[in-house]
Amino acid sequence: MANTYNLSHESLKGLFGSLRRDGRRILAPVDAAGRVELGEVEAPSQVAADYLQTILSAKEVAFPKVERLLSYTIAPGRVDLKDAEPRALPTVLFGVRPCEAKAFGALDAVFNWDYRDKFFNARMEQLAVIGLSCTKADEACFCTSVGGGPADATGSDILLTPIEGGYLAEVCTEKGAAIRALAPDLFRPGNGVDKAAIAAKVQQAFDQPALTSQLPGMFENEVWADQALRCIGCGACAFVCPTCVCFDIQEEADPKKGERLRCWDSCGFHQFTLHASGHNPREVQGARWRQRVYHKFSYYPERYDMLGCVGCGKCTRACPVDMNLKEHLIEAAGVKA
Amino acid sequence: MSDKNIYLPYLMRIAEITEESPAVKTFRLEFIDEVAAQSFDFKTGQFGLYSAFGEGESTFCIASSPTRKGYIECTFREVGRVTAALADKEVGDIVGFRGPYGNVFPLEDWKGKNLVFIAGGIALPPLRSVIWNCLDLRDWFKDITVVYGARSVKDLVYKRELKEWSERSDIKLVTTVDPGGETPDWQGKVGFIPPVVEQLGLAAENTVAIVCGPPIMIKLTLPVLERLGFPPEAIFTTLENRMKCGLGKCGRCNTGSSYVCKDGPVYTLAELNELPAEY
Amino acid sequence: MEAVIQRAKELLEQGEVKAVLGYAKGTGSARRPHFARQAGQLDKLVMDEACVQNLAVYVTKHEVKKLGKVAVVALPVTQRAILQLMAERQLRDGSLAILAVDDGAVKELDSASALEEHLALKAQVLNAKDKASLADLEAMDQGQRWAYWQKELSRCMKCYACRNTCPMCYCDHCTMDCNRPQWVPVASHGIGNLEYHMVRTMHLAGRCVECGDCGRACPVGIPVHLLTIGAEETVHELFGQRAGHKAKLDYALSTFKTDDKESFIR
Repeated sequence: MANTYNLSHESLKGLFGSLRRDGRRILAPVDAAGRVELGEVEAPSQVAADYLQTILSAKEVAFPKVERLLSYTIAPGRVDLKDAEPRALPTVLFGVRPCEAKAFGALDAVFNWDYRDKFFNARMEQLAVIGLSCTKADEACFCTSVGGGPADATGSDILLTPIEGGYLAEVCTEKGAAIRALAPDLFRPGNGVDKAAIAAKVQQAFDQPALTSQLPGMFENEVWADQALRCIGCGACAFVCPTCVCFDIQEEADPKKGERLRCWDSCGFHQFTLHASGHNPREVQGARWRQRVYHKFSYYPERYDMLGCVGCGKCTRACPVDMNLKEHLIEAAGVKA
Repeated sequence: MSDKNIYLPYLMRIAEITEESPAVKTFRLEFIDEVAAQSFDFKTGQFGLYSAFGEGESTFCIASSPTRKGYIECTFREVGRVTAALADKEVGDIVGFRGPYGNVFPLEDWKGKNLVFIAGGIALPPLRSVIWNCLDLRDWFKDITVVYGARSVKDLVYKRELKEWSERSDIKLVTTVDPGGETPDWQGKVGFIPPVVEQLGLAAENTVAIVCGPPIMIKLTLPVLERLGFPPEAIFTTLENRMKCGLGKCGRCNTGSSYVCKDGPVYTLAELNELPAEY
Repeated sequence: MEAVIQRAKELLEQGEVKAVLGYAKGTGSARRPHFARQAGQLDKLVMDEACVQNLAVYVTKHEVKKLGKVAVVALPVTQRAILQLMAERQLRDGSLAILAVDDGAVKELDSASALEEHLALKAQVLNAKDKASLADLEAMDQGQRWAYWQKELSRCMKCYACRNTCPMCYCDHCTMDCNRPQWVPVASHGIGNLEYHMVRTMHLAGRCVECGDCGRACPVGIPVHLLTIGAEETVHELFGQRAGHKAKLDYALSTFKTDDKESFIR
């Protein structure tokens, strides 16, 4: 189990200094003209003062929106391939919420379940996560319905929970211990703080195991087409999602050289499954919306023994037409078989 | 520990190009790297991603038999950006290949059985690999029957091989073209594949059926096979969902909890019945 | 709102329409599009200042057309978009029941000519915030403006929320999805983002009804509506034409006039 310490606000300032002296960049939620987004910081004072979550997820740190997979040069009768190396900088992700810290596990499941993806892995090896427990939540949040919680330490190397004068610091992994070892004096012996009393209260919204077991039997239910009627088929939900991992591979070239790029993609796009022949296995938006729900709540558990959703609610907040995932899952869970 | 780049293709030289039918070509590809040429191995049913450098990758089966060493073959129709670029290539040009990916036809399980191959149009290539493989292991199997149909005579692919198969005594070949697609000297049948199959009087007992073709052909042929008494476990087909990675990651081919690129492309009808019909 | 619900209920019950498209309460204080297909689902309809989305984005969708005739609770922006869609022959005249809610009372506008007449009475006024933002952009020199858009568009991730929420982006096969030839790079890098937004802007110049939904839809807050509204205002200034005001197509960028002031066209 985790070793628990106290970390004062002053000590956190010192820790940021130690991390930077160790050659690590620190990414944290920052206030950018009213939007909270991840940015590089040097001191805790630069971290956004009061935020629920960033708009985008932290997945881009390990799985950027565009990434080169390889490049090549072309000459008559000759092609020379060049491997690509990910630019994996030693990075500490500070202040992400427990839901997002946990989401890296869902990405890892896909990137490494069989073939190993060196691009994702190179970045993950260089990444340490200092999570920050939530003391507030909004209507979109439902972490407690999907096995997480506002002070859940899963995925964090160190989890901080705000207390009087600083933080309760749980050192959860070897990576976390290595960070503490940079400045052991800053971490004071912890007291018996009741985390649950400090953390946000997030009511369980639906019975996820029951939903997962009933999904296979309700594939043809009209609830999916009904819910999807207002979906406009954009990729906002997938792109802000910390677990959505689907990607496209695109070629960019001129007659002499080219490169292959991996780009974020979404199962909500009409193009996603469209064959060159014009045949489309998921022809209507209802089928595409259903795929999104099933992939996260039925196929993921079946395949990887975990959920493909952490209940962060980012998709709901980002959706231009207010497709509220929690509400839709409650509705689906209530469908009589 | 550092991982290999799983997206890097082998470089291949086009050794031979065969014009099969309008807009359909077969490439014979040879490895440029000697070590790869020696170590490369695959099983029938598997596929790969073929690169036209400058345009991208496209997915097709390996159409040659694993018993024929030193090269692979692929057959494709020009329909999109990549296949159009491939179609412009000439002998000696370089293309890329990633693979082999996916599962295989279970030839070991088919020992001692009759085999019926049913293919429509451009869907003969995946079956051509397994047909040659079975012919190269001829004593493993009992009767081998191939039913192959296309819209018209000019749309039939592998014409040289069809001729060879029709002349061999250890394989029964039935060819058919859609009504109106015949030429004056056409020797085969005229009619759609499902009724042609129905009229053949196939015995389902101790027989495996392998069906490949456009969705509508498969949809109409499966009920015929079921009527003839084929159980769903004895009917095989291959799916051709869109793919980008071939490695079980990009998510495109995901159908139910199955990745067609990993758990397929070969499925029995019994397995397909368990999946959503999203293919 | 009572009057709209009442009228919508009559239309549904009499079988005049198969569905009513309006607004309902959403997450927090948000309002969301709402399809009522039975009278019982009409109670959810609301109409207040938080209802801003242009509902015309739905009326060209295959899934919505399949429902049968739809009654649309229509703000002026929705009315303009519907009229423009009719002018562009994407909607049959008379295929919708349009419940205009901009005068306090419900007014039914069932034809393109009725829409044209109704809209002619309304001055199209740009909201103060967008007006000020456009003026700020106008005041920049070219280099500053370039730098401004480079910075803003660097956040774009090509989720296409701006395109998909736009009532005038109805193409089944968008230029962005075309790869023979690959007009615009798919990747969301500098050039891919820039070309996408330039193409989107040009395709909407003279067709944009200035609802601002593209900007509101952007999850990362890029004011992309300033691009299309800016182009629309330029078209209005140069050619005196506005999208969504005429039942007959009046599209500056596809019109040739012998007295055009540009010499290259003559």
